[in-house]
This record gives sequence, structure tokens and C-alpha cells, in this order.
Amino acid sequence: MVYPAFMLANTAATMGYESHIFFTFWGLQVLDKKKVASLKVSPVGNPGMPMPNILGMLPGMTAMATRMLNGKMKKVKMPPIPEMISSAKDLGVKLHACSTTMDVMSVPKENLIPEVDDIIGAATFLQISNGAQTLFI
Amino acid sequence: MSAPSTRRTVDSRGSFCPGPITDLFKAYRQANVGDVIELLATDPAAESDVKAWAEKSGNKVVEVSREKDFLKIVIEIDRKGR
Repeated sequence: MVYPAFMLANTAATMGYESHIFFTFWGLQVLDKKKVASLKVSPVGNPGMPMPNILGMLPGMTAMATRMLNGKMKKVKMPPIPEMISSAKDLGVKLHACSTTMDVMSVPKENLIPEVDDIIGAATFLQISNGAQTLFI
Repeated sequence: MSAPSTRRTVDSRGSFCPGPITDLFKAYRQANVGDVIELLATDPAAESDVKAWAEKSGNKVVEVSREKDFLKIVIEIDRKGR
């Protein structure tokens, strides 16, 4: 679920704050060319889902949760994720990919979307975010 | 020489956070100092969000009025960042 990260980062940029997103582990698929257009909403382990985890594991449930959310987002005129990404870039939000995640999840550099600014590690992120408001989503 | 100030209406009705701020910002980018933007919104967070945006960006909310089923927020552009 990547909407909250872009909603906050993009809004921060419109307010004149310097804004960065560091994509690690499950978050990195947002920067993966092959996955970004088809991101799913998992009902398992999702506290926002009104059903027990065991039901979320049934086949088709992820597709259903994804359809449900996309429909609701469209209703409130929320742009789809690829559009949120281009708007982030347009506003000057910096997108950083985590090098360890790329290795662990086997995402080579060529698979990253061109909007990615750089590939960094923990120390660089801590340096960038030093003294700033940091949110873990 | 500065261009004469203009007043522009931005309709964000039906759009929720951060839609109204995003729409406002798009208009702000095109605007000049002295211009007035009138933002229409149904999002209940719009009033406080626009006020927070204005305070941070150095602009002024000059009027907030509740129409029948939406809010009208009038913003005066006092400062242009980028």
C-alpha cells in the first residue's frame, strides 16, 4: 500500500519542504518497472481489512481487495500510482532505491523505473534525513 | 512591470486530500504575486490543509465561506517560491 507515502511526500513538496522517499524491502516493487503498473493490495496482515487473515489467504482475495481499493480511490479522484510518481518527480520529490533490497529481492538496476534518482544505503538515508521529519510507512 | 492581477477559480469538489492542495498548487505555479485563487472543495480537511499550506508557503487565506454543499476558500498569492 504505497498511497500514503506519495500523498505525504507530494503534499510536503507543494508546501516547500524538501521531500525524499527511501524504498526498502516490500516498498521497492514500486520502483520496479515490471511491477509498478500492477501493484496489489494484500488483505493478509492488513489491519485495514475487515476480514480475518485466514480468509485473505483464499485465492482471488488479493485481486478483490485491489479492485475494491482502486475503485474507491477513483471515486475520490485519487490518481493511479504511476501518475502519483510522475507528479512526485514534477514537484521535486527524490526517490531513492535501497541497494540491499535490490540484491535480496533480485531487482537489477535495469529493472528500476527511470524516475529513480539514485541507489543508496542506510547511512546515506540517515544523513539525508538527519534533523528532518521521518515517517516509516 | 507586473501583469495585472487575476482571479481564478479552481474546482476541487469531489476530490479528497491531497487533491485540493495539489490542484491549488498547480494554479499557484501559474499565478503571479497579487493574484487571487478561489478554491472550491468538498473535502472536510481542505480548510485546515489550505491554511497550513498558506502559512508554510507565505501566502494568505483571505476568506473561507461555506456554500450550500461545499467550501469556498480564497487565497491571495503573496509570495512565489518556485
